[in-house]
This record gives sequence, C-alpha cells and structure tokens, in this order.
Amino acid sequence: MDRNSVGIVTPQKFTFGSAEDPMVLESGRTLGPVEIVYETYGRPDAERSNAILICHALSGNHHAAGYHDPHDPQTGWWDTMIGPGKAFDTRRYWVICANIIGGCKGSTGPLSIDPATGTPYGVNFPIVTVGDMVEAQKRLVDHLGITRLYSIAGGSMGGFQVLEWALRYPQMVRSAICIASAARLSAQAIAFNSVGRSAITRDPEWKAGAYNGKGPEHGLATARMVGHITYLSEMLLDSKFGRRLQSASRLSYNFATEFAIESYLNHKGSAFTQRFDANSYLYITKAMDYFDISRSYGPLKEAFAQVTARCLFVSYSSDWLFPTSQTKEMVRALLCNGKPVSFIEIDSPYGHDAFLVEVEKLSRIVTGFLSGVPQEVAP
Amino acid sequence: MKERYVDRLSRTDRDVILTLVPEGVTVLDLGCGDCSLLAELAAKRKIRGTGVDIRGDQLVDGLAHGFNVYQGDLDEGLADFPDNAYDYVIMNQTLQVVKNPLLVLTEMLRIGRFGIVGFPNFAQWRLRSGLFFGGRAPKSPALPFEWYDTPNIRVLSIRDFFDYCHRQSIQVTQERYLMAGRWLRRAPVTVTNLLAHIGLFVITRK
Repeated sequence: MDRNSVGIVTPQKFTFGSAEDPMVLESGRTLGPVEIVYETYGRPDAERSNAILICHALSGNHHAAGYHDPHDPQTGWWDTMIGPGKAFDTRRYWVICANIIGGCKGSTGPLSIDPATGTPYGVNFPIVTVGDMVEAQKRLVDHLGITRLYSIAGGSMGGFQVLEWALRYPQMVRSAICIASAARLSAQAIAFNSVGRSAITRDPEWKAGAYNGKGPEHGLATARMVGHITYLSEMLLDSKFGRRLQSASRLSYNFATEFAIESYLNHKGSAFTQRFDANSYLYITKAMDYFDISRSYGPLKEAFAQVTARCLFVSYSSDWLFPTSQTKEMVRALLCNGKPVSFIEIDSPYGHDAFLVEVEKLSRIVTGFLSGVPQEVAP
Repeated sequence: MKERYVDRLSRTDRDVILTLVPEGVTVLDLGCGDCSLLAELAAKRKIRGTGVDIRGDQLVDGLAHGFNVYQGDLDEGLADFPDNAYDYVIMNQTLQVVKNPLLVLTEMLRIGRFGIVGFPNFAQWRLRSGLFFGGRAPKSPALPFEWYDTPNIRVLSIRDFFDYCHRQSIQVTQERYLMAGRWLRRAPVTVTNLLAHIGLFVITRK
C-alpha cells in the first residue's frame, strides 16, 4: 500500500425520505426512502469549510480512493487524484464521494427493494435526472453539516453534476471543477447511449427489465464495448492495438475474435457485466441524455448569470465525445457574464478517458486552482 | 546560464508597465506565461486579472496565484471574451510573434478600454546598419536570433506602429522608449525610430 494512499476506507450510509414523505423527482414521480452510500477521506475542519465533493461518472461509484480490503489491491477510481499530498490533498481537504441515485453500488436504484412490492424496482424505478442526483447529494451534504463546499469536482457525467450544483445551489459552491464535460449531451453522444440501451433491451435475457440474477449480460457487454470505443481516441487505438492479431500470426478466415482490439473490447465488455447492473445502465444513460442546461435554466448566457463559484474547466485535445468546443461554449457564457472562470485544454492522446488515466497534468492544474481559490485577485 | 539581454530588458519593461497601470483596475494579459507580470501588478497596483497563453502548462502557476487563466491562441482571436470586459489589455513583446497582429490589436481594444503594447523596434540604427553595411538579416542584443530560428515573424518599426494607429483611429495616450539603456517618456519619432530598442505604448480607441 503506497504511503500517499488514504488507506482502508469504509463506505457509510445515509437515508432520507420515506414512503410517506418521499423525495419528489423532476419527473413528478416520487422515491422514498432514499439511501445514499458514500465515502469520506481526510477530516473536516472546525467550520466544515474544507469539504470537496467528488462526483462520479457513468460507471463510477462512491469508492473514489483507498482500499476496501487490505488484501485487495484494487484502489478507488480516482485514487491517483485523492490522498495525502495528491491534488485533492486529504491533509487539507475533507473529500466526499457518494454513489448517485439510480446507480447499482448501494445508493437507491433499480436493484433496490421497492417498499410497495417487496421486490427489486427493476424498470419500475422512476426515471432520475442529473438534477435528482444532485438533490440527493444536497441532502447528504446538509446531513454532514456542510453549509458551503470548498469545491466540487467531476469529469464527464460527474461534470454534469458539478454544473447542476453550481446552478441549483450557487451559494453552496465556492469553486467548481468541470472536466471533459459539456452543458448538454450532444446528439452524437445520445446516439451512442441509444445503441447501448438497444443492445440491452434487445437481449432476450432482459425480460422487459424483470430479469433475475445475471440478466442481459450480452447486451450489457455490447453496450460497454460501444461506450468504451467512445472513451478512446483513434490515435490511441492505433498505437495500442493497431491491426495486430491477438494470438495467431495469420488470418483465421472465420468470425472468431481475432484482432487485438476485438479481444480488448470483449474483455472490457464481459468484465463490466461482473460489476454493473443492466437496468442501472439504462437509467444512468437516460439521465445523461436528458441533461441540458438550456432546457432547465434557459440560454447558457442567461443560465450562467447566477453562478457565483470560481470555475475551472478542463478539456482534453483528443476527446471527441466531449470535445473542447463544448467546454469552450460554457467558458464563453461565463466570460460574457464577467464570472471568474479558467480554462485549460490538456494535450493528450487518451481521448475522453484521459481524465481517469492521465492525471499528472490534471493534478498540477487542480492543485494550483484549489490553492488559489481563497485569493481575490481574479476580476 | 548567462542572462540574456532580452530577459533583462523585459524586467525593466515590467517596471515601466507598472507605472502605466492605474491602481485597482482589471487587466487581461495576453501571452502571460506564468502570470508573473499579473502577480506583480496585483501586489503593487492591486489589479485583478486574467492571463491568456497558448501554453497550458505555464498557466498552472497563474491558477495557484489565484488568477483566472484561459488557454488560447491569440492568432484565432479572443471571441470568447466580451466587449469592454477589462480596463487594460496588455500585450508585451508578443505583437511581433503573432501571425495575425491586426486581429490581435483589434481584439485588444474591443475587450479593453486601454491597451498596452510593447515591441522591439526593427528600425533601430544597429539593425539598419547591420543590414546596410553587413548585408545580414537584422540582429541586435534585443533581437539576438538568427533568421531561421527567430520567433519574431512581424517586422515593424515605431513609425510603422504610429502609421497604423493613425489609419485605424487609434489614439496613443502614453509612450515610453528604451534608448541607450534608459527609458524616455517622449521624443520626436525621427529620433525614437532610429535610437529606441523597444517602444511601449498605451493605446485607446478614438
């Protein structure tokens, strides 16, 4: 275990609402009780003013740093960014990460038991939005006694939550870090999500969402394969796999898995089915599709007028799922309102995945930004 | 490593820029590097500022100082910045390296009420005589580069700059010249164009 790790962490649970006093969702439907599973790293200061909320992306969860088991080498998904001496320095900040509602890692989602029926919700789970996810996080943040977050950070769909926080609760967000994200999901990204959902719902094992046990593994694996392609860049696929054959030296002239890239995607797809629920995948991708700041808050320029947080936007040069142009659209809207905003594009070959794998440059940027937050030299 | 003459000059540039920027204004620094000029202006003139540079890795230091930073290419313009967003837009020792200086100058005075522009004078007598007598592409302590590795792709003189400002209805409100190691406030253009290594100007729309 490395010295810069937060070490062993234990997930915690927070429950709010009930069947009688449920959470009202954006769709108008209700949900209750709602359970949130979360982890914290570092310690709160006396005023609880050093809290940083980390928002996870589609396939992430509340386990962002450290280990669950001393014998399991698997660390949290952003362990490279969170820990003593790291960008989100747990010696200074109290870092919190919660599983989103609609997820499948402990927070209330399609796998949870519906109190009305005593069986898992499945597709009877109400549609949740990014706004609903943030609303649930807000209840957790209140519960933790935090009146203002020092910062909030996330990449991809995590960035959606960051933006939603900055718009919904501006007075509670001192600074915001939005990485490889956008003000709305593009048509192209909706298209890829749609293919993923089709793969799941057309798998006979899906059984209209009422599956037991393994469920539509083939569909979910295919969805993940498609998704994974969108997270990487052409350049990276070329340099990492090229046209290399996985094991044979000559062509097989049949439909077996043959190219290294095929083998890689198959592996990624089947590994995903071991750790993710197919219905949850449907719900979360739908929440992403629905995300559109302009639809909820009006034209970007007007919407961002209410933001008070110091904002940092980071994009990656080879990210074609959430391209730099979409980040700059938000930066422009904030600049138009005279808001304190910074923008840096990191040169990287890793595509959209860069925010998870290429953390060295991101670490320097985030470290600098967080240390500069209290200073008042920006217009 | 021996300190380059241009680096020493840029140090004295800074002192002059400090005197040209009023207290408490907002500043946009184009080609800001690590935001050290902004940091000095913030410390001594209480300005609040934003830095723009094409090199993202340099901007990290600016973030840590608490400045807003924006990674961008000046040659593509600064369309993300609204009109009249800053009191002062500074572009020091950058005009001669951009591909599209007219766009950059226009953008400066669109975004800021005042612009501060500093550039090396390519009509300084040493450069003239080097070209005339030596028959070589201009080189001087302020412009120490060979023709093949110079970043200075725009060759302009102080007279060229005044002509441009006149044609574009740009008013030069203040001028400073580095001549023989000293900064002068004002001199006839015939003199400055021959003797000044560097000109530094505050400009505004007429």
